[in-house]
Amino acid sequence: MSSAVISPVDSSPRRHPRFLLANFGIVPRLLIVCGVLALLLFGAMVYAASTGPTTIPAGDVADALLQYAGWDRGVDVTSATYRIVTVVRLPGLMVAALVGGALACAGATMQGLFRNPLADPGIIGVSAGASLGVVLAITQFATLGDSWLLTSGPLGNALWRIPAAAFVGALITAMAVYALSLQRGRTNLAALLLAGVALNSVMGAITSLLLLRSADFNSMRAVLSWLVGSLEGRGWDYFHVAKWPILISTLLILLYSRDLNLMVIGEENAQALGVNVPRTRLILLALSSLMTASAVSIAGAIGFVGLIVPHMLRLVIGPDHRVLLPVSMIGGAAFLVLADALARSIIAPELLPVGIVTALVGGPFFIFLLWRNRRTIAVF
Amino acid sequence: MTATHTTSLLQAEHIHYVHDGNVILREVTFAVAAGELVGLIGPNGAGKSTLIKIISGLWSGAKGQIILLDKLLQRYSTRQIAQIIAQVPQITALDFPFSVQQIVMMGRNPYLSRFELETQRDRQIVQRAMQRTNTLDLAERLIGTLSGGERQRVLIARALTQEPRLLLLDEPTANLDIQHQIGILGLVRNLVQHEGLGAVAAVHDLELAARFCDRLVLMREGEILANGSPAAVLTPENIQRAYDVASRAYTDPITGYLRIAVLDD
Repeated sequence: MSSAVISPVDSSPRRHPRFLLANFGIVPRLLIVCGVLALLLFGAMVYAASTGPTTIPAGDVADALLQYAGWDRGVDVTSATYRIVTVVRLPGLMVAALVGGALACAGATMQGLFRNPLADPGIIGVSAGASLGVVLAITQFATLGDSWLLTSGPLGNALWRIPAAAFVGALITAMAVYALSLQRGRTNLAALLLAGVALNSVMGAITSLLLLRSADFNSMRAVLSWLVGSLEGRGWDYFHVAKWPILISTLLILLYSRDLNLMVIGEENAQALGVNVPRTRLILLALSSLMTASAVSIAGAIGFVGLIVPHMLRLVIGPDHRVLLPVSMIGGAAFLVLADALARSIIAPELLPVGIVTALVGGPFFIFLLWRNRRTIAVF
Repeated sequence: MTATHTTSLLQAEHIHYVHDGNVILREVTFAVAAGELVGLIGPNGAGKSTLIKIISGLWSGAKGQIILLDKLLQRYSTRQIAQIIAQVPQITALDFPFSVQQIVMMGRNPYLSRFELETQRDRQIVQRAMQRTNTLDLAERLIGTLSGGERQRVLIARALTQEPRLLLLDEPTANLDIQHQIGILGLVRNLVQHEGLGAVAAVHDLELAARFCDRLVLMREGEILANGSPAAVLTPENIQRAYDVASRAYTDPITGYLRIAVLDD
């Protein structure tokens, strides 16, 4: 037996993209990228907090925010500027950051889980499932509707019941869409998108029906604006309701990020490398649904954040979920804070629901991605 | 009762597998020892790939018993199996741009807990596996940009980083040019000879199977027709039964390889 004949390495100068800091270890890479994005997020918050009915200079806003965070910048805490920034504007910004982070992280997780760069909680119907859960709870239990979305008073009973209803709706939809799109151990892109279209329209129809049947014109406007995704009037109460499920889900998903890397290549492949695929799939589906549901229950179905943010970041830092997931979280937060600032200033003094802004940006982006992937979309 | 080989890595006994009412495997019994390359041959649909999926624990639901090292396969966790058996799968589409280095490092997954990052030792194992498969030059390339032969070598490197006892290869030479077919099988042959690995490979080409494998298992319609040395298995009678063609087998006077000439009707 002759020794192994090994073909010469192909040395053609084929271009291959290099990702940012590809030669660094994972920990420094994570620290650097997260640090840069955290600065970006802070910048976005300063910009967003400075825009509004009264424009406040960015420097004053930054000082006020830092003072509020505990770094003594010698700001007069009784001044109107400080109060506008920290009492009037900050709660909404924190909700925007939390929701944006959750949607982007859930989107990145679903893209890995479905092995599909076009998966997004909105597109595949998970957000619509969460919305339906919320509307069902609001319309069936009048007392919940009074305290959720409509008044700025204490949340009372709605505190955990509304997010719980959203979670049930999201999880059921996520499982249905997964089952519908699975073909021979991998999700088919066309089947996934079609299942999403079908589920979105069914959920949307039921949601509309419930709202029409309970026609209460006072609440209709608030519910409709929430449905397309709005951060209007969301204060600390809402932030505190959603923060724990979102942060805990993020941490747990991070523990599964290496499994996600393997699952992306194929489920049998992941199993051959020691991943308990059925269990991992269920856990990740549940956690990403929980994140989506938490975000949707406070801010409605804000679309495309989970699609755009992980996509852009993957182009820069590569597909390793151990970096991609935390980075998407911070990037998503910055993205939604900026989108919200835009929504508040485009037709000022009127407010535009932020979901409309993300749809106007994200829709064309999604069409572009479809166009670029057109060869891989085969229906049969 | 089958004789138990002390060196046996994996022993499959009376494997019977039915899928959608079709019998895919019928009473299959065979064993693999350390330091042995076993070739699975037979026409399409003979059950070669299914057998590989079942002995690797990837598919469950087969009757019969599979003994891996010293205990039943189903007593192992997915993770434990991945520390003993490594597979070289067919990867078709890759939409996510992982580098070759990252793909090979994935072979360390069975040894890393959720709370761990790869250590220097893992990186050394990856480095060594890439040396042995001559893939170091590809480390920075994206997996999606590789040719079929390069990709196959990368997947073998990944299998080696699992530090397995048993290597399973499903049609490792499918869609490869002849020089890459020889390269891949020669590489596996070398690993088996020098590292004491056991290997099972489903191989389409009978002459290549005869040339590189220690032992051949000839299958047809889910059954084993013959099991033994290449010369003993690739007889005109067996080939007639498996493929329904007349043939002559002879030793090539120049190379010394077994050759099979399929005759016209």
